[in-house]
Amino acid sequence: MSEQMTGARMVIEALKDQGVEVVFGYPGGAVLPIYDELFQQNHIRHILVRHEQGATHAAEGYARATGKPGVVLVTSGPGATNAVTGITDALMDSIPLVVISGQVPTFMVGTDAFQEADTVGITRPCTKHNWLVKDTEKLAETLHQAFHVATSGRPGPVLVDVPKDVQFATGTYMSPQKAKTSHYAPRVKGDIEAITALVELIEQAERPVLYTGGGVINSGPGASLLLRELADATGFPVTSTLMGLGAYPASGKNWIGMLGMHGTYEANLTMHGCDLLINIGARFDDRITGRIADFSPGSKRAHIDIDPSSINKVIRTDVPIIGDVGHVLEDLLKIWKARGRKVNRAGVAQWWQQIDEWRAVKCLTYKPSKDTIKPQYALERLEALTRDHPDRYITTEVGQHQMWAAQFLGFDSPNRWMTSGGLGTMGYGLPASIGVQVAHPEALVINVAGEASWLMNMQEMGTAVQFRLPVKQFILNNERLGMVRQWQELLHGERYSQSWSEALPDFVKLAEAFGCKGIKCDDPANLDDAIREMLDYPGPVIFDCLVEKHENCFPMIPSGNAHNQMILGEAETQGVIGASGAVLV
Amino acid sequence: MSALKIQQGSSKHSAYDLRDPNAELIETHTLAVIVDNEPGVLARVIGLFSGRGYNIESLTVAETDHQGHRSRITVVTTGTPQVIDQIKAQLGRMVPVHEVHDLTIEGPHVARELALLKVAGKGDARIEALRLAEIFRANVVDSTLESFVFEMTGGPEKIDAFADLMRPLGLREIARTGVAALARGG
Ligand SMILES: Cc1cc2nc3c(=O)[nH]c(=O)nc-3n(C[C@H](O)[C@H](O)[C@H](O)COP(=O)(O)OP(=O)(O)OC[C@H]3O[C@@H](n4cnc5c(N)ncnc54)[C@H](O)[C@@H]3O)c2cc1C
Ligand SMILES: Cc1ncc(C[n+]2csc(CCOP(=O)(O)OP(=O)(O)O)c2C)c(N)n1
Repeated sequence: MSEQMTGARMVIEALKDQGVEVVFGYPGGAVLPIYDELFQQNHIRHILVRHEQGATHAAEGYARATGKPGVVLVTSGPGATNAVTGITDALMDSIPLVVISGQVPTFMVGTDAFQEADTVGITRPCTKHNWLVKDTEKLAETLHQAFHVATSGRPGPVLVDVPKDVQFATGTYMSPQKAKTSHYAPRVKGDIEAITALVELIEQAERPVLYTGGGVINSGPGASLLLRELADATGFPVTSTLMGLGAYPASGKNWIGMLGMHGTYEANLTMHGCDLLINIGARFDDRITGRIADFSPGSKRAHIDIDPSSINKVIRTDVPIIGDVGHVLEDLLKIWKARGRKVNRAGVAQWWQQIDEWRAVKCLTYKPSKDTIKPQYALERLEALTRDHPDRYITTEVGQHQMWAAQFLGFDSPNRWMTSGGLGTMGYGLPASIGVQVAHPEALVINVAGEASWLMNMQEMGTAVQFRLPVKQFILNNERLGMVRQWQELLHGERYSQSWSEALPDFVKLAEAFGCKGIKCDDPANLDDAIREMLDYPGPVIFDCLVEKHENCFPMIPSGNAHNQMILGEAETQGVIGASGAVLV
Repeated sequence: MSALKIQQGSSKHSAYDLRDPNAELIETHTLAVIVDNEPGVLARVIGLFSGRGYNIESLTVAETDHQGHRSRITVVTTGTPQVIDQIKAQLGRMVPVHEVHDLTIEGPHVARELALLKVAGKGDARIEALRLAEIFRANVVDSTLESFVFEMTGGPEKIDAFADLMRPLGLREIARTGVAALARGG
């Protein structure tokens, strides 16, 4: 197809050819030609957000829920700069996004023109790659390359900056098949020798652990199935990072919970005491390693990762395997089976005894209350009332509520849990829930939020109402910047500097003002009914759940400490940790 | 809750403190990076180094394959072996980067730099400067009655040595290109 058309039209054609169904965006002067083309077609749906940051997070939610890239369209200058936080968020969490930004005409670039910003300069460090397209002839090919780069290898955000004159000018459209994308081809097959070396370790290990991460989700649903097969066939315990929840089912028998700063006691001690640590698509983030020098001191480490720069970045690896999780696990299982499916059953059985002892600590125990809603209780009830829903998706904001959601909600399949892990962006959850709901209109989509985070992008409630997206905003309202307050309590002498949420809106009235439903609940006795009311309502809901104000999120490994130096809350610690109480040394 | 005692000083350990307690020796490596000669590619490479806190001792870049639209960036960097490996992996995953060669470990290589040195002086100092230039095979590319501009090529150490000798003899200015390097052999 060598059709002549304007650049603006090419954008639409390229999106169509890439299978894009939805674009999240916000118009402005520098993208008007593209919006004009959008107006004149019916293939691509446009979701008008209320702020460009909302568009990027919505696209992230959409991408995580579908496995497809999220597409964002913004104008030049402030449109592009507003998108930067979401682009950075997607880079940190390896989410494929294609962001198309308008730019001032080429002949005005560099003149401080109206709404000019050096968008490729600003987004260079927060994209996987970006392009300024100066010639309409190159536009279609560049857009196809952008999709290729965003979705190949380790996924991530890309940006294509399109000056307005390039949108107006006419050029030749190029189809995706003809676009040159060959040179960027990250390797997906792992080295067979390295995989065999890992199989040998698997056969001998006495105290193994599978430490899984977002890479399993990135690799696609097939990778999660292979992970389940590996775990169930070997009997090895499985833990996961915040980003990998759902890859192995929370109801699975080898599941030992999330690891890391707010991970379970059993997961962290398993990491600390293991003799074989198999990292599958995780990146040894500092929230999970704690103090590097004391990280999993007695273990051999294997690391499966598609990005060579993830290997040996933080933790030295004995068996590095560069490749896609799905491909590598497939080969690994093949080799392991061919060699007779050996594992050190006796050793692993003893290891499980030890793990079960740690588990008996019941590290997530909290002090129940009849008068106030404990945030953990609220999530337990939410879980109980939604767990069996056939199609549930959870997004979160950032803070204590996010960690409690990770601890108290169980995920049995991948792509059901969307959270901002690497950047920790308050304001992610509401727009992300919108993106998920756009992808799955019939599903139950709940954003577990803190009131402070939620306020950061609350304007997107307008988007939910406009597009009839029945997202449920479940706000655990402690009237505090809870996570900050917790750190101030534990590490800064209880000096609560600026961690109060003052002058909060009346969330029920706010809901009414937006044209959706508001529910308020402050009594544990009414909570179940209130949650049911939220679930039964066919439209968007803002649920103001007033919870205990000074609850802390435990377990917690203070930053810079080792895995076995964990603070527990109300858990039964007698006989397990020393009399000094809550601090493990 | 205040009964909880966190080890004194633990808040001083930043969560981001990834420093290796057994910090190893710092090594110097010369990397040759073959990139697409596209706008912004140098900014990407430099941004990677500054953004991740890597060192650049010297950096040279020019198009080396006009038809293939390729440039060669030669960068001399320092770091622990782990950091050097990271630098190579980080460079390698950039979209416009085609090849990354660590000349320091890939075998013997030649590294050369061009320098221009302006030396001003009269009398004995001027004669001595000229004599030393001959020993170092530096060429005179400009001269007035009171100054020379020497041109010399060589490894960075040779240029350092020559510059050190010129300093007491009236070195005024020096311009260096940074290192260009190639592996030896076929
Ligand atoms: C308040 C707060 C507290 C937090 N506390 C915790 C905590 O207690 N525990 C915790 O775990 N996290 C926590 N996090 C999240 C943490 O910051 C990191 O985001 C998270 O640990 C990283 O997850 P990951 O290692 O799975 O990596 P990801 O960021 O998901 O990266 C995925 C890795 O897999 C690789 N990869 C991608 N695709 C593939 C593929 N197809 N095949 C192979 N490899 C692939 C990538 O190269 C990368 O190395 C917290 C965040 C916040 C905001
Ligand atoms: C954009 C942004 N600004 C600041 C922070 C730092 N921060 C992390 S958690 C938090 C408090 C969050 O409060 P809230 O949303 O009410 O959740 P809670 O911790 O109370 O559950 C803050 C300010 C952040 N993560 N993101």
